[in-house]
Amino acid sequence: MTAALSVQDLHVAIGKGATSANVLRGVSLEVQPGEVRGLVGESGAGKSMLGRAVLGLLPANATIAAGRVAFEGRDLMAMPEPERRRLLGRRIALIPQDPMTSLNPVKRVGAQIAMLLRHHLGLSRRDALTRAVELLSEVAIREPQRVLQLYPHEISGGMRQRVLIAMAFACDPSLVIADEPTTALDVTVQRQVLQLVERLRQRHGAAVLFVTHDLGVVAKICRTMTVLHAGRVLEEGETADVLAKPRHPYTRALLAATPRADRPAEALRPVPPALIDSLWAEAYRFDRLSAMAPS
Amino acid sequence: MVEFALDGPVERPSRWGAGLRRGGPKLWAGGALVGALMLVALLAPWIAPHSPIEQDLMSAQLPPAWADGGEAAYLFGTDSLGRCVLSRLIYSARTAVAVALIAASLAAMIGIAFGLIAGSFGGWVDQSISRLIDVWMAFPPVLLSIVLAALIGAGLTSVITAIVVVDWTRFARVVRAETMVQLRRDYAAAARVIGLSRGAILRLEIPPNLVPLLVTLLAVEMGIAILVEVILSFVGISVAGDTPTWGGMIAEGRQIVYQAPWIMALPIGCIIASVIGFNLLGDGLRMVLDPVQRR
Repeated sequence: MTAALSVQDLHVAIGKGATSANVLRGVSLEVQPGEVRGLVGESGAGKSMLGRAVLGLLPANATIAAGRVAFEGRDLMAMPEPERRRLLGRRIALIPQDPMTSLNPVKRVGAQIAMLLRHHLGLSRRDALTRAVELLSEVAIREPQRVLQLYPHEISGGMRQRVLIAMAFACDPSLVIADEPTTALDVTVQRQVLQLVERLRQRHGAAVLFVTHDLGVVAKICRTMTVLHAGRVLEEGETADVLAKPRHPYTRALLAATPRADRPAEALRPVPPALIDSLWAEAYRFDRLSAMAPS
Repeated sequence: MVEFALDGPVERPSRWGAGLRRGGPKLWAGGALVGALMLVALLAPWIAPHSPIEQDLMSAQLPPAWADGGEAAYLFGTDSLGRCVLSRLIYSARTAVAVALIAASLAAMIGIAFGLIAGSFGGWVDQSISRLIDVWMAFPPVLLSIVLAALIGAGLTSVITAIVVVDWTRFARVVRAETMVQLRRDYAAAARVIGLSRGAILRLEIPPNLVPLLVTLLAVEMGIAILVEVILSFVGISVAGDTPTWGGMIAEGRQIVYQAPWIMALPIGCIIASVIGFNLLGDGLRMVLDPVQRR
């Protein structure tokens, strides 16, 4: 079976020459069709960079030094730009991190959804708006007709995120990259959004790469997970296994640092700084080794 | 309960009513001044009591009607050739308005095109356009206009050309900066992720976000265009001599300012009122259109 997403030995660096910094140091991971894979790591681990590399959204000063990113067996980086654009939004979709800023502030919600549908599915304006109503009902938005007439700032953050989720699933994608979709929302809305993503994923049969720093979220909706630190994969496997029997000390430390309802707050332990230091030292050693290796 | 609270988008008040209220007194004052100017220009042949070039040497340099020796037929008196000052003021408004509308719109079109290109392509394209703008702006605009008007001859067309050639940079610079800002916003990235090309983003996503800025700039530019036209007609390289202009009236009145100060004072008053009117209108419209102010 061809993986929905296959990333092999991806190296990404930011900046040039002496001031460049490696953000991804040979990351490999696969997401099978229909699989939900959690990508966890602390901030700076490179998890968002990985998502952006797949979508071709790396910042201008970032370079992909090595590696391959393939979508359903097709190399995304070798693909001509127009062909890649046809995949984006239709076969590969993004649920962005910040619902507050990811919608165009001066266009009505309806116009933005309709534009996506017309662009990829070639619907007429009227059909696109009809479909938009259905999409909004799918994400449990009441009075979808009225919401279509509103500007993004006139609806709440949770609603905006649901609009973005509706847009992500609008063209039946086979891969959805969710870049910390719950981080900017408050806890009560987070749960609704997670349920929604799970429901739509099942309905549309999409694979999801769920980027997050929240192990609780991973435990809830991801079947498999990958732990990233300093741009390297430390551990991966079935979520249940990894959470029950973490092999890497960093994963164990992360688990101990995650608040849980069934444990007193005193049991929380921050990730030991010495562990972080040693991981970074290892990463830098890795950089030096790969710099010395003949390329 | 929670679900209900989250689902309630804010009630949208009447779209224009709320917008116009936000504009406040600036919008009303500016709108009134500019509206009056436009009306006067449009209706000049019907509201002017005399022909602007009709001479009555027997009643030259009459003071305004309310002063000693004034005549009711000449409300604002007459100039040294016995022409009705009020009628000349009214007809001058036509030149001013024509120049303001046409020159500002053309300058805006050219400037927006260059600004969008420079702001979105970056690299050497941006560098060349930006340097061109810098060099362009180093020349004193009025001097450049005078040279241009002298080169291509007098007349309405050359006044407009001179203003466009000088002032497109004002739009280009602002649009370039704002395009760069907008392209870095999340919604622009989101537009790329749904597969829109750079051209489509520039056409569909960015311009609506520039509107508040452009409206302000356009109004200010109309004020500036009026001023430039006044300067050019003051030095006598604007429209033909028999067409009345405020600048020309100031130039004529200057020579007899001690005997008949009103001949010079009145056109100056008209210029001040028009420029203030355009600036207030620009400010007021920005309040109405700016999505940030909408919150």
